[in-house]
Amino acid sequence: MGSHGIKDQVAIIGMGCTPFTEHWDKSLDDLIIDAAQLTYASAGIHQDDIDAFWFGTSQSAASGLAMGGPLKIHGKPITRVENYCTTGSEAMRAAAYAVASGAYDVVMALGAEKVKDGGYQGLNAFPIPTDGTQRTLTAAGMFSLILPAYAEKYGIDEDEIRYSVATIAEKNHFNGARNPLAQFRRETSAEQICQMAAVAGRLSVFDCAGVADGAAAVIMCRAEDAHKYTENALYVKALSFVAGTGAGSLDPDYDYTTLPECKWAADDAYAQAGVTSPRDEIAVAEVHDCFTPTELVLMEDLGFSDPGQAWRDVLDGAFRLDGRLPVNSDGGLKAFGHPVGASGLRMLYEIWLQLRGEAPEERRIADHGRKLGLVHNLGGYPGEMVSFVGIYGTELG
Amino acid sequence: MRGIIAAGTHIPHYRLDRTEVAAFFGKGGGRGQRSVASYDEDTTTMGVAAARRALAATDLEPQALWFATASPAYLEKTNATAVHAALQLGPEVGALDFGGALRSGAGALRTALTAGVSTLVVAADQRGGLATSADEAAGGDGAAAVLIGDDTDGPVIAEYLGAGIATEEFLERWRLPGGDRSRAWEERFGEVTYGPLMSQAWEQALAATSLSADDIDKLIVTGTHGRAVARNAKRLGVRDEAMVDDLSGSVGNTGTAHPLLVLTSALEQASPGETIAVMTLADGVEVIVLRATDAIAAAASAMSTADQIASGTTVSYGTFLSWRGMVSVEPPNRPLPNRPSASAAHRRDDWKFGFVGSRDRSSGMIHLPPARVSEKGGAVDDMEPVPMADTVGTVVSFTIDKLVYSPSPPVVFAVVDFDGGGRAPLELADCGPDEIEVGMRVLPTFRRLFTADEIHNYFWKVAPVRGVR
Repeated sequence: MGSHGIKDQVAIIGMGCTPFTEHWDKSLDDLIIDAAQLTYASAGIHQDDIDAFWFGTSQSAASGLAMGGPLKIHGKPITRVENYCTTGSEAMRAAAYAVASGAYDVVMALGAEKVKDGGYQGLNAFPIPTDGTQRTLTAAGMFSLILPAYAEKYGIDEDEIRYSVATIAEKNHFNGARNPLAQFRRETSAEQICQMAAVAGRLSVFDCAGVADGAAAVIMCRAEDAHKYTENALYVKALSFVAGTGAGSLDPDYDYTTLPECKWAADDAYAQAGVTSPRDEIAVAEVHDCFTPTELVLMEDLGFSDPGQAWRDVLDGAFRLDGRLPVNSDGGLKAFGHPVGASGLRMLYEIWLQLRGEAPEERRIADHGRKLGLVHNLGGYPGEMVSFVGIYGTELG
Repeated sequence: MRGIIAAGTHIPHYRLDRTEVAAFFGKGGGRGQRSVASYDEDTTTMGVAAARRALAATDLEPQALWFATASPAYLEKTNATAVHAALQLGPEVGALDFGGALRSGAGALRTALTAGVSTLVVAADQRGGLATSADEAAGGDGAAAVLIGDDTDGPVIAEYLGAGIATEEFLERWRLPGGDRSRAWEERFGEVTYGPLMSQAWEQALAATSLSADDIDKLIVTGTHGRAVARNAKRLGVRDEAMVDDLSGSVGNTGTAHPLLVLTSALEQASPGETIAVMTLADGVEVIVLRATDAIAAAASAMSTADQIASGTTVSYGTFLSWRGMVSVEPPNRPLPNRPSASAAHRRDDWKFGFVGSRDRSSGMIHLPPARVSEKGGAVDDMEPVPMADTVGTVVSFTIDKLVYSPSPPVVFAVVDFDGGGRAPLELADCGPDEIEVGMRVLPTFRRLFTADEIHNYFWKVAPVRGVR
């Protein structure tokens, strides 16, 4: 028994991503078709060359038919995947395992979300009949619990923490301004964000991810077949996933300053990939900055900062494009936008661009000689979440 | 000996200063304050709160539960069953509604005193009228619960001595089902008509108890017809100092609940041997006569009516009008909540209505909501129920959510760790966004979270511990 991973067994040979924005003029079908065509072109293959499909969407559709119909995929398996905001990563993980198992030669995972037809801002949960006793808070409210808890645990003035997380939004807006696919392309300052009205705890709307429509996709094959399609494949080094038990809402020992499911997933991923010092081995990381405090504590849970130090590292610019470990170089959920089912694959898309030197020059990370990129994707709330960590590299071995 | 074994009241935390009405409209209102049910309270939740206070003072579990209100949360469906579930009474305890008429509170109390099994009589009401009306100013919201039994059931704090009844059909005050206000005939008609009925019931009660008016140490006269109460009560022959303050200046008239509420308040201040009469004017007259026993000296209320009156917080007239549904305030632009599932709720009655969690026998960990598999150790189906409704907790973290749907935004929300173990994320009740702080002590309170598709969604929140416990 054990988590062994599939290091170097699977190669990524093509990726595509639509703009993430309020696509008032595009349907879910349009987004699926656009992402698929971009990805086929990236891999240089035809739809008929793909043996099996995984379709990730959280709330925009219900089955594989929603992908097979618009793309006219004949006689192939299409599996719909849902796992909260990790839906896109989960579609990719399932597809990668299918290749590693030998069941299929070439697979595609596509994530798409059409959120802007709902008529309300923000994300809205699909109604499941319940006893009516479930918590009534928004995700912003739940993640806002982190700030006062973190300030108290480490004896830091709450205003300083508030400013620190605002600089995370400032950084991600800076990066998003250099990304033609991003929803928000305007820079803003931490000072401006701190002056905005609070909507949940001390968080303003600028501490929250953008809500956008969009789609992204990946095509994969066995590592030994990658040369048939590209000279610049990425290789899957680790795929890790942890689903929590909701313990944080039950257990008085949980203190809202860490996301244990994320730490466990990271530890497992580092073991699979053989990473012993993430700060020295990871070149770029895409993490789930659904709210600014999330990115703050993730820096510690992913091992990028020491416990209690992330707020200071953030202020020191450690995770900026020119910092020691660039995080969310594409603008993150904050500025790129968050079409739920597509986000995990959008994160991988940025790793794909950055590690292969294809990111636009104005946001390209410096070459430190590191060959690994990390994707962290979560769904749920502090104390009750699912978490994905993937590690990808440009070289085998 | 039959009589009252325990009693408790619930005065909502919020008050309207009656001068606010005239300040807004240029007329209406008056002096003093009236109680205001919060947006998440209704007659059922207020009844639960009063009943919990009454039962906290005794070990006796009643054999029957009667619930009286003129403002029922549901028709056709029994409201007493929600009170019954919140109190975690056994299935063999009957639960009945005495519905519709203002007289039903006083009548249920007298009926329970006259004979029968041990009975918890709960009365609650929410009173109001159109903006600037006399009913809006004079009304109040609140509940009272009185546990009736024999001395074989437990110590009786007030012995039942006798009653007087006068019944007559006349149109003095009325409301059509679903109506937004009560109507009343010209005031003089009621005043003149109630006079002889009061005398008739009063003489009957004195005769039944072999007492004279001079023997009465406390006289409570309540009714929604203010002039009939004030003018005719003076003619009953009791000593001036025996007249009990009817709380109209601090609480307002709580309708169906009022005779029980003022009686409970009077009992909280009564001395052994005192004779107490309660007269209720509603389509005739009900009189009951009681005598406080020696046991009343030992009866201590968890939080007395006077404590509750002293601990209130005022709300603006605008808030009052929005809570009453008389003014629609812009809500957050979010979808309305879904109705709860009847079958899903029924499977978890103990949690939803009783706030009963579970404790893993092997690890001791408390699970809120109850679970089958333990978070610690993973033991399966080895849990015992843990009632948490009376357990104090501490706010360990909180947030104010202005984005989420609420009948009265913003939502004040906290992670609460309960004394002796157990954590739950819960909404705060009776607590403004500026009042909450880490370390605040809170107690569970049964509330109506929202109403969706004509289904009231009842569950528990926590409220700050206030006043004397």
